[in-house]
Amino acid sequence: MKKIKSPEELKKIKAEARERIYGKEKLRVRVHMGTSGLASGAKEIYDFIKSELEKRNIDADIIGTGDMGYSFAEPTIEVTRPGSDAVVFGNVDKIKADEIIEKFIKCGEYVDGILPVNYKSIY
Amino acid sequence: MPREKMQILVCGGTSCTGSQGDAIIENLKLELEANALENDIRVVSTGCFGLCSMGPIVKIMPGDIIYTKVTADDAREIISEHIMKGRKVERLLYKDPSTKKTAATEKELIPQKKQIRIVLRNCGIIDPENIDDAIAHDGYEALARVLTTMKPQDVVKIIKDSGLRGRGGGGFPTGLKWEIASKNKADEKYVVCNADEGDPGAFMDRSVLEGDPHAVLEAMVICGYAIEAHHGLIYIRAEYPLAVARLKTAIKQAREYGLLGNDIMGTGFNFDIDIRYGAGAFVCGEETALIHSMEGLRGEPTVKPPFPAESGFRGKPTNVNNVETFACISPIILKGAEWFASIGSEKSKGTKVFALAGKINNVGLIEVPMGITLREVIFEIGGGIRKGKKFKAAQTGGPSGGCLTEKHLDTPIDFDNLTAAGSMMGSGGLIVMDEDDCMVSVAKFFLDFTVEESCGKCAPCRIGNKRLHELLEHITKGKGTLADLERLKNMSNVIKDTSLCGLGQSSPNPVLSTLVNFRDEYEAHVIAKKCPAGQCKDLMEYFIIAANCVGCTACARVCPVGAISGERKEPHVINPAICIKCGACMEKCKFDAIIIQ
Repeated sequence: MKKIKSPEELKKIKAEARERIYGKEKLRVRVHMGTSGLASGAKEIYDFIKSELEKRNIDADIIGTGDMGYSFAEPTIEVTRPGSDAVVFGNVDKIKADEIIEKFIKCGEYVDGILPVNYKSIY
Repeated sequence: MPREKMQILVCGGTSCTGSQGDAIIENLKLELEANALENDIRVVSTGCFGLCSMGPIVKIMPGDIIYTKVTADDAREIISEHIMKGRKVERLLYKDPSTKKTAATEKELIPQKKQIRIVLRNCGIIDPENIDDAIAHDGYEALARVLTTMKPQDVVKIIKDSGLRGRGGGGFPTGLKWEIASKNKADEKYVVCNADEGDPGAFMDRSVLEGDPHAVLEAMVICGYAIEAHHGLIYIRAEYPLAVARLKTAIKQAREYGLLGNDIMGTGFNFDIDIRYGAGAFVCGEETALIHSMEGLRGEPTVKPPFPAESGFRGKPTNVNNVETFACISPIILKGAEWFASIGSEKSKGTKVFALAGKINNVGLIEVPMGITLREVIFEIGGGIRKGKKFKAAQTGGPSGGCLTEKHLDTPIDFDNLTAAGSMMGSGGLIVMDEDDCMVSVAKFFLDFTVEESCGKCAPCRIGNKRLHELLEHITKGKGTLADLERLKNMSNVIKDTSLCGLGQSSPNPVLSTLVNFRDEYEAHVIAKKCPAGQCKDLMEYFIIAANCVGCTACARVCPVGAISGERKEPHVINPAICIKCGACMEKCKFDAIIIQ
């Protein structure tokens, strides 16, 4: 990594990173992998989704993050279909993950287990 | 990927389902079937939308339209109007009571949501192991602004003006703390992050460090600039391996980018951060004990003054703040002191993260503005008490705090109100108890913890807490007397008044607060020798109601000590002298013939 020499360079990195994350119309999956998530099997779900999406020829960014705080519903994942708002699903096991891929990711059909955004964000 | 189909989401949160959410789903499905749409339009039950006061909530996608206060009878109109004809059902849209404006979409309703994520802003959003992700979400932007456009005293002023108070427990104004540290001149100063989260049931600091470690690093550099320090230390317990690993990665990446180290962002300011590990002793959350532990000494507190701001780590001025406090800093710099001060109650500004635990449906982390009521936290955001039981009490402040009861449900939660109610904010653990919890046992549980965690340096804490625990043990065994209750109270007050540090000064709080709020339960233990909640084994007796017993012998067969006798098809009897009160018989009995007396 190159050292950031000025606030302008930081801005440049920010713009590039935002472009990488949000710039393209691409499926994005975030798997919440803090201690609570991992303890409930989030790593397995991460690996499962990664390999299954590859197998089913679906191009996606898969990102491991910290927990959102929904300990009662771990593991949780967030799925953003191109051009749509993010949707968070709770209690995701492999069967649920498969259903999410087949119904929601492929067809945009909702499945049970959605955790709506119940907070205000500062962004 | 095909375009989004029309779909109906129904809130399945406890407060919505409590007001006929299931019936709404059923009727929606029936109406869809009646119109032969059941294969085209899905009805999905979701988690809570955070709009409980206007529930039950029904959301139609696409379009994001939210219907509020929906009844089962409204299903027909929603299907016939919105789904079939594409016309909104105006009367079910939310109207702001003051402005009379209608809000139709979920985005328009966001201001009505109770939780605000400031501290948890990036948790679950960014990849904590990729600094670019943090930078994409405003990471280090506040630092750039501070280093290039602000003087140290400007930074102190903005934090002071924001009204931010320490989130670790005491609630000391953070800006003031920084000001004191900045005024003490020395050749070296230190910024310390207290990540020694020790309260049972609390895990907000861990989640922040695991989800957004850069928020803490950035704020520590800002603090260093404000108080003119060049070294930062994070004191974290070794029991948090994932948080430690992610912190290490974050520090490494920040160094590579030159956001830590010498000449940060070309501004000439130097600051670096190291990690110090704690062995998980509760007392090391106390700042003087924490500093001694970092110096390689025993983790024992010393008398204040001198405060760490005068003489802390290696005798130099040291500013100690908690993880959550640091996580508030960057948004304050970027959005301004006024913005932060506009959130919260009069004397407690901003938000607080609580870890909900115990007998509550939605166990986990929430971030709410200060001044929210306990009722909103438990019954709306928390989804209410498990299995529909009755709320009894909520412990805030962990083993140093006290319990809040039904009469406190509508008290706004902030630093001062909690202290006035005989509890404290603490770090934010909130343990919910229901009707099955015995409050004497709860007090004993917390005392168990403090007896273990007392460092042993001062006698009131070391010996006093042990004596308190023995008295409680006595009472739960049915050997207590009324005089013991007085003794508990007096001893608690002496321990509070004479202990050296915060641990002993607060450890009797669970006893005192349960004594005040649940005196009748203590009296039942010492006078009638009964435990009303049925928790204290020594005070209960299993008993077979002869009229209900059919003599199936199931209980006798399952009893591990052979305490149950009786002929086949005749009522059985439990011999209390042999019974070990394991409860196996009661679980086995299909005829409700076994009760606890």
